[in-house]
Amino acid sequence: MFLTEGAQGLGLFAFAPLIILFPFLGLLINLTIGRKLGEKVVSFIAISAIILAFVIAVLQLLALLGQPIPLGATVPIAEWITVGDFSVSWSMQIDTLSVAMMLMVTSVSALIHIYASGYMHEDVRHQGDTSRFTRFFVYFNLFVAMMMILVTADNYLMMFVGWEGVGLCSYLLIGFWFEKGKDGIGNAIAGKKAFIVNRIGDFGILIAMFLIFWVVGSLRFEDVFNWAHAFGEENVLIISVITMFMLLGVAGKSAQLPLFVWLPDAMAGPTPVSALIHAATMVTAGVYLIVRSSPLYSVTEVTSNIVAIVGTATAFFAATIAVGQSDIKRVLAYSTISQLGFMVAAAGLGAYVAAMFHLITHAFFKALLFLSAGSVIQGIEQGHHDAEHEGAEIEEPFDPQDMRNMGGLRSRMKLTFWVYLIGALALSGFPPLAGFFSKDEILADARIENTGLFLVLLAAAFLTTFYMGRQVLMVFFGKPKTEPAAHAKENPPSMTIPLLILGLLSVIAGALNAPGLHTLTDWLDDTLEHVHVTEFSISVAGLAVIFSTVAVVLAWMIYGRKPMKKGEPDPLRKILGPIYTGMENNWWVDELYQFLFVGPYVKLSQFLADVVDWRFWHDWFHDTVLAKTYRSLSYWLAWTFDLRFIDGIANGLADVTKGAATRLSVLQTGYVRNYALAILAGGLLILSYFIFR
Amino acid sequence: MNIPTDYVLALSGILFALGVLGVLIRRDAIVIFMCIELMLNSANVAFIAFARSFGPSGAGLQGHVFVFFVIAVAAAEVAVGLALIVTIFKTKRSIDVDEVSSLRG
Repeated sequence: MFLTEGAQGLGLFAFAPLIILFPFLGLLINLTIGRKLGEKVVSFIAISAIILAFVIAVLQLLALLGQPIPLGATVPIAEWITVGDFSVSWSMQIDTLSVAMMLMVTSVSALIHIYASGYMHEDVRHQGDTSRFTRFFVYFNLFVAMMMILVTADNYLMMFVGWEGVGLCSYLLIGFWFEKGKDGIGNAIAGKKAFIVNRIGDFGILIAMFLIFWVVGSLRFEDVFNWAHAFGEENVLIISVITMFMLLGVAGKSAQLPLFVWLPDAMAGPTPVSALIHAATMVTAGVYLIVRSSPLYSVTEVTSNIVAIVGTATAFFAATIAVGQSDIKRVLAYSTISQLGFMVAAAGLGAYVAAMFHLITHAFFKALLFLSAGSVIQGIEQGHHDAEHEGAEIEEPFDPQDMRNMGGLRSRMKLTFWVYLIGALALSGFPPLAGFFSKDEILADARIENTGLFLVLLAAAFLTTFYMGRQVLMVFFGKPKTEPAAHAKENPPSMTIPLLILGLLSVIAGALNAPGLHTLTDWLDDTLEHVHVTEFSISVAGLAVIFSTVAVVLAWMIYGRKPMKKGEPDPLRKILGPIYTGMENNWWVDELYQFLFVGPYVKLSQFLADVVDWRFWHDWFHDTVLAKTYRSLSYWLAWTFDLRFIDGIANGLADVTKGAATRLSVLQTGYVRNYALAILAGGLLILSYFIFR
Repeated sequence: MNIPTDYVLALSGILFALGVLGVLIRRDAIVIFMCIELMLNSANVAFIAFARSFGPSGAGLQGHVFVFFVIAVAAAEVAVGLALIVTIFKTKRSIDVDEVSSLRG
């Protein structure tokens, strides 16, 4: 339909809806007949759907490049809501920003899909339910479709559909092994936590949308931003309120302070999920939202400052926690929160391009790190299995994600080690890897805008390198601390090839916005306003590299020189003391929330359930008031009303009739002459009536 | 020899009153029957008187026809009534109507 009708004047842009359609088709096929197809076909369908989506994304890129000025196009799909003057449509905004997101999401998704086809093959066997292989890819394709709706929307409402859709997929995939985890409900609780914390953020987004509708009367980006240009100066207050509520949504989705608590627990999902949803794509939606709404944010200095502070605080706070974690995936989770903090901080400082640049490079190297971590976990699980076969003694329960159980994997999983090292170096910001350029752009911007934030971000960058160094040293260096680690095995090509490609991307993605070229800056300049070229600063970059080097050396001194032995406490604990305990325990934020919100809420619910509902409504109102009233009413109806009144009428009638009959029977004398006299009297009466009337 | 209708009607009324009195006063069932016959015949007299008064041009022979009806019905009634009286006599050995009061309420 859209290919014929909308094709005029749109050219290659007319293919844009296919980018949503292909993943949907993939999931529909797998959903309906996937169970009969077998794992190979199912994963083939899912992967092809994403690769086709990637092809469409490339087509959109070509279409943009074909334009003299890449202003993009709006591709209408369908009308959605039309009420009076207000209308919302399903239509896609193809511009440099959304195409950048489309390319990033589809390419990373395609690689992770390929990886997942290998990883989930093992995972479903390890977890003991092979039937969930299909389900996994259905959710995964659904996620990509929803993500595409999110990034291509041309209005806030359509974007919110994608926003909620990816949240749903996140929930479904965190709880993918919902019957596993602590006490058999750990994973389900993690999924629920993610969902509920995101609801708090969505509340903010909804309020922001209501306010936008209230003041602007439209939810289309174009209308809203034109309004902000025309009337932004007079409406700073309301725009500040809107952007603050939006920030709440961003904090939920992009795991910023104070709503970051769900992301570490989200690691309960299978590793490809952590890589795709909780590192590379979905969690960056918040950053995308700020960048997309930059015309609003650039109007209000208050919110922008708050955004910058929230981002910076998150970057540092999460980095400190990452230092104290021992679960390989939780380190990466806190690292993700920290890096998202960098992006949000950049967006708050007005460095939207730097935020997008870091978003894209981070997607590559964090996906790489998560997938490599998955490779490590699976290698260890294989090792676990093999070691058991050989009769080695393994203490149970064995946690294949605990870095204290690893060590020495460098020689056993060579490829994984090298790509992991690349990812870690890219994340730490060593030149010339991707993270160096993107992080330094943020740091350079921060130095210009706000020295205080710059120093905190620099500290966060230092911690980043330190915890990555710690992780690499604990996992890959030293001697294996357990039998499974000693038996670990490299994984099949379906898992390692995506790692290699992502490794390559992590190396070269810095060229996207390399100093002097500013490709991404020029590219996004056509969609975003207030884009400024951030000149590469040797002093900042040099400082960051020096800090990182010091961090690596420090990590080597603590963890590399004398590797930890099995059961030995973390050497950092001796150095930092109680601070390390705080890092290890997430600074007790979960406990704080438990105390401040969850506990009182549970108490309130218990009060409502036990006292208000059960004792008041059930025991008192239903059982006492209603039941007793009803019982006495029925009693009254039965004994008083029915027996006395209704029966009284019937019996009374009978008594009256009987009495009357008794009295009248006296007239029946049996004497014929009496009757004759009565007849005579009657006859006379009738006659006299006729005579005297 | 033209007797005025009023005289005949007066005779009819006297006969009827006698009949009524007889029914009310006498206890002998057969006498009561005879009094009933008296009442019926007083009615016949009235019929004939009116028929004669209005003449053939008035009601035609309707009055005469009614008289024949009454005579026929009276005959039938007597037949039934006498049969009843005989039956009562068989059980009560009496035809005193005051004796026959077992249908008293």
